[in-house]
Amino acid sequence: MRRYVLRRVATLVATLLLVSVLVFVVIRVLPGDPALVIMGTEGSPEAAARLREAMGLNRPIVVQYADWLWHALRGDLGVSIQYDVPVGRLVLSRLPLTLPLTLMAAGLMVLTALPLGLYAATRHRRVGDYAAMVVSQVGIAVPSFWAGLLLILLFSVRLGWVRSGGFEGWSGGLWPGVRSLLLPAVALGLFQAAVLVRATRSSVLDVLREDYVRTARAKGVRETLVLGKHALRNALIPVVTVAGIQLGQLMAGSIVLESVFALPGLGRLALGAITARDLPVVQGVTLFVASCIVLINFAVDLAYGFLDPRIRHE
Amino acid sequence: MSRRQPLRHVTFALGVAITALLVLTAALSFVYTPKDPLAMSISGRLQGPSGDHPFGTDQYGRDVLSRVMRGAVTSIAVGVVAVGIGAGLGVLLGILSGYVGGWLDEGCMRLIDALQGFPAILSALLFAAVFAPGVVISMVAIGIAFVPAFARLTRAGFLELAPREFVVAARALGARDLRLITGHILPNTLPPLIIQATTSFPVAILAEAALAYLGLGTQPPHPSWGLMLKEAQNFLSLNPWFAVFPGGAIALTVLGLNLLGDGLRDLLDPKTA
Repeated sequence: MRRYVLRRVATLVATLLLVSVLVFVVIRVLPGDPALVIMGTEGSPEAAARLREAMGLNRPIVVQYADWLWHALRGDLGVSIQYDVPVGRLVLSRLPLTLPLTLMAAGLMVLTALPLGLYAATRHRRVGDYAAMVVSQVGIAVPSFWAGLLLILLFSVRLGWVRSGGFEGWSGGLWPGVRSLLLPAVALGLFQAAVLVRATRSSVLDVLREDYVRTARAKGVRETLVLGKHALRNALIPVVTVAGIQLGQLMAGSIVLESVFALPGLGRLALGAITARDLPVVQGVTLFVASCIVLINFAVDLAYGFLDPRIRHE
Repeated sequence: MSRRQPLRHVTFALGVAITALLVLTAALSFVYTPKDPLAMSISGRLQGPSGDHPFGTDQYGRDVLSRVMRGAVTSIAVGVVAVGIGAGLGVLLGILSGYVGGWLDEGCMRLIDALQGFPAILSALLFAAVFAPGVVISMVAIGIAFVPAFARLTRAGFLELAPREFVVAARALGARDLRLITGHILPNTLPPLIIQATTSFPVAILAEAALAYLGLGTQPPHPSWGLMLKEAQNFLSLNPWFAVFPGGAIALTVLGLNLLGDGLRDLLDPKTA
């Protein structure tokens, strides 16, 4: 087991390094001259030269990368051109919005998908199953940002129950913050749940065909117990994988939902930085989010190894 | 395996019908739209649905129905190119990984793991920061997000097929690597790749809409469903219908393509039926 974990950690480090290379290449190498991107067309050649000097762009590209990575590892992601504050601090300041939004959406997703998927599996090829499948097909087809717009249309434009956006922060207690994240989390989580419903359903269906389920039923074990103890537990292994992968998707999705609901999170930070040609901020945010997704995938991989001993001996 | 599901034919037929409607709408929009999708009219701004404008008008008085029709072209184009990029790069990586093996395999796999950290939105953010946002960025960013899935499928196929008798026999007969790859192994890995391509297409359409909505993809005045929703958001209380129709077009298209993909999977892969 220890060898398995060590090997996984080694591949994780290699993967994270590659993530940093990809971000670096796109921001610093592909444009040719990042100084010109930042200055735009109105910058004078002298000013561009000064900026190049300040950003260290005159050094060999490998040295630039090593330097950037060394600072990034210590949490120093450079300084925002637009706000003149460290990028790391900017990213951290937006997390209290993006993180709870992602987690709330994930919670809603799991709480909807598991019961619905289990229900569909127990009603296999009957009306309830077909109804659940139709609902999930529709859920997959509806883009989350459109769902968000429709929720705004219904709850704030028509009914006037909630404000159409903005974030009240956590200083006023838990509820005001949760309240301003509720609609975006619903739009994000409920519609992402559709994929998980299908995964849960097919996984439970697979397990229900197993011999041990038939044995349990033959012994006269109550159906609720068969489902809850024998079926669901074993069916959860692939479901955890799908849910984990979706957690990364939700984090990316929250970038879009922040725009719909005018929430000042990581996504809005990055979008604003693009308009302002604030390359260090774009670089910092994408490096952070991509690393988070890779880490989530790693955790899922590891959890899979723990839940299913067969994987480790591959 | 077991008896045919009664709804299977219905869903597949529905998928074919909706997809056909999408393609026909896009093709028709080249020769005919009810109004000029770019013609503005100051007096007819933000109208609800009417006989003259069945889907209403936008903030410049442009006919929403005509723009939704033309938007189908954008969606299809971005979808086709993005899936093409993802499949092309992915299959290439998968071949390097699965056929050559060794350290190259290890390297390719780590690259695939790393690419998995970049959903389309994240790559689009990166590209939009250094290049001008536009439809090309959408295509490339969405395509990159598809690379890992295609690469893994191809790799798995090559690992499974390379040691098989027909490949060994062809090699013994003097076939070179390129011939073995393109003539013998790759054709046999196609079914899962075709299924992957069909299921990726609706995902690409959703991603295009999201990127255009964020202002990273298709730019005005080109009609794109996502872009129309971005514009509609500013006028939710004045003309809510403006936000309804483009979104409905996205949902209907994705629904149809997903049903089609499910049906195709059943046809190509009887094991899951």
